[in-house]
Amino acid sequence: MNVLGAAGDFAASEQSLRRFLHGLPGVDETGARARADALATRSVKADSKRQAIDLAISMIDLTTLEGQDTPGKVRAMCAKARNPGFGAPPVAAVCVYPDLVPVAVAGVAGSPVLVASVATAFPSGRAALDVKLADVKSAVAAGADEVDMVIDRGAFLSGRYALVYEEIAAVRGACGDAHLKVILETGELSTLDNVRRASWLAMLAGADFIKTSTGKVAPAATLPVTLVMLEAVRDFFGAEGRRVGVKAAGGIRTEKDAIRYLVLVNETAGEDWLDPRYFRLGASSLLNDLLMQRERMETGRYSGPDYMTVD
Amino acid sequence: MRFEYSPAPESRSVVRLRDSYGLFIGGSFVAGSSAFKTISPATEEVLAEVTHAGPEDVDRAVAAARQAYERVWSAMPGRERGKYLFRIARIIQERARELAVLESMDNGKPIRESRDVDVPLAAAHFFYHAGWADKLGYAGFGPSPRPLGVVGQVIPWNFPLLMLAWKVAPALACGNTVVLKPAETTPLTALLFAEICQQADLPPGVVNIVTGDGATGQAVVAHPGVDKVAFTGSTAVGKEIARACAVSGKRVTLELGGKAANVVFDDAPADQAVEGIVNGIFFNQGHVCCAGSRLLVQESVADEVLAALRRRMGTLRLGDPLDKNTDVGAINSRAQLDKISELAGSGEAEGAARWSAPCPLPDRGFWFPPTVFTEVSQAHRIAREEIFGPVLSVLTFRTPAEAVEKANNTPYGLSAGVWTEKGSLILWMASRLRAGVVWANTFNRFDPSSPFGGYKESGFGREGGRHGLEAYLDVVGGGDV
Repeated sequence: MNVLGAAGDFAASEQSLRRFLHGLPGVDETGARARADALATRSVKADSKRQAIDLAISMIDLTTLEGQDTPGKVRAMCAKARNPGFGAPPVAAVCVYPDLVPVAVAGVAGSPVLVASVATAFPSGRAALDVKLADVKSAVAAGADEVDMVIDRGAFLSGRYALVYEEIAAVRGACGDAHLKVILETGELSTLDNVRRASWLAMLAGADFIKTSTGKVAPAATLPVTLVMLEAVRDFFGAEGRRVGVKAAGGIRTEKDAIRYLVLVNETAGEDWLDPRYFRLGASSLLNDLLMQRERMETGRYSGPDYMTVD
Repeated sequence: MRFEYSPAPESRSVVRLRDSYGLFIGGSFVAGSSAFKTISPATEEVLAEVTHAGPEDVDRAVAAARQAYERVWSAMPGRERGKYLFRIARIIQERARELAVLESMDNGKPIRESRDVDVPLAAAHFFYHAGWADKLGYAGFGPSPRPLGVVGQVIPWNFPLLMLAWKVAPALACGNTVVLKPAETTPLTALLFAEICQQADLPPGVVNIVTGDGATGQAVVAHPGVDKVAFTGSTAVGKEIARACAVSGKRVTLELGGKAANVVFDDAPADQAVEGIVNGIFFNQGHVCCAGSRLLVQESVADEVLAALRRRMGTLRLGDPLDKNTDVGAINSRAQLDKISELAGSGEAEGAARWSAPCPLPDRGFWFPPTVFTEVSQAHRIAREEIFGPVLSVLTFRTPAEAVEKANNTPYGLSAGVWTEKGSLILWMASRLRAGVVWANTFNRFDPSSPFGGYKESGFGREGGRHGLEAYLDVVGGGDV
């Protein structure tokens, strides 16, 4: 199956795109949930837990996306991203609004931590295309390594797949060398069939990552949704030979949650995806719980939230 | 990055094994004439010594059951019987971990299955039938249906506690008393259940448990004091029982073997269908009478489905049954392992192509890797005989009619699976498949409210649901009017 060979046709033809997406195998919701529930019972202990905690930390996009964000808060977050403390490795990236990208770039300078910026009228995605592109260009110009865009869910749900495709492709073009993460906002897609179609649509249009959620809509990341997205990147790799990453974002707060996602990656897409280049956890409070568990594994006791920094 | 899960064994400390167990007759454990040992199939270590019940022991058990039937249980109002069943159900839940660990030790099944499937379902069967005990007049068998009397029950080793629950709960709810013979290789959870009967203050003699081998089972079903026989096990033994009971006036229900077709159409939900195939044949090491042991896959998607199946089988974790991450446990006995190996050998000899998941097998104990045969034809033994192990035979079809024809081309008829996104096709298939259970877009799902049983050589009678009550009530006599 060489679907990308026909990608040009997709852009030209709403119908060929629809035919392709609706020809993907269906997802049985009950079965997908049962599989996600079964994998959630995996028991990760001892050395494997130690390994998983550090892997999870290295996959975090440490995030702050609030109207009340300040340069000071972003600087504090960058400091923590570079050195979370307790001997833990740095996180993968910091994720901020476009206007705070320069602060973040300065904050992580000289470290391996990347700067990701949300763009394209985050979180609703409701703006004209040229406004969205300007948003992306400003973030990239300010030094963002990664751009997290949102898709037009209204267009997707009404079946205007070509519009969504063209928008993603245009943003991809505006990103230049920056990596593109495409947020599907699965909480608004309502079915797992839609999640699979949106995943393929984003990958065909050039996404480097597909991402579950903005974090502003409930439910955000869930295990069944992430399962379906991992199956999609696995199948896309099999068909096209291009490895697309997955980012689970929102609602992942505890070490237990994080390890469940790693198990899901391990047993669905496989160990090649267990790499910060191909799997990310978008989170803010998760890091502290991971650090607390990490410390417990080393010292045999919990210190408590007072010993973890708030930003 | 390689992500290995460290060993995560469930603790055995919750189980207190005795060195030896007596027979449970008349409410207490009594000594018998001789004894045999039960081992862990994963390690071959001896777990305990168990009494072998001889004919005189079976006599005592039937007499105790008769006395309890006449003096206590049949006269007790249904709402009172129901209270005992509710109490047993709650104790099963309270002692769930103990039962699950013991089941995995004695049977070899993964703790994930005994913990998440066997024990919760066993409790559910007691809860469900407890509810029926005082409502039998509304079951459609007349206003006041009568029990049958003393029931002799012989159960298999694949789901020891769950099969006990399937048998004992409806029998007791309907007002019968029971003499139960657990399988020779897996007697321990039945003996723990005997303790639970004591803990629940169940009147002595209502449940009697006699351990032993096939001879003991034969003594139970042939006993003249037994009014009804219920058996789950092999078709060969089931036929013997049917013959023995034919002229005795005993009621008989049999739940026997299977060679179920799991039918995957080209529009199936792909990833869930693969899960269903895996669950259908590798659940409980394939020691499942309703296992989906024949995969019928539509030719146009056969290559994709098989590639996905092999990839998925590569992630199955085989090993220590008590490890919480184990997916595939030990084969229950050396005899069963020999039978599986012999049949798998015949598959190769007859020209089918064998592929086994690349998982290392432990040095001790009885193990067989999850295995798939392709290029199988209907005539091969592996397509016709029940293997009762983790061995899948793959056949292809082109049209729905061909799928039905192949699926029904078996002496068995216990279960079937249909995988398609097209609802009308599911209904079309379900009305033509000659199988007691047809699962649509799922497999191996059980519920106490859903009747289970077979067509043809898979047996007769139903267990579970309103239909299952019929086996334990005097529906021919019509009861009191």
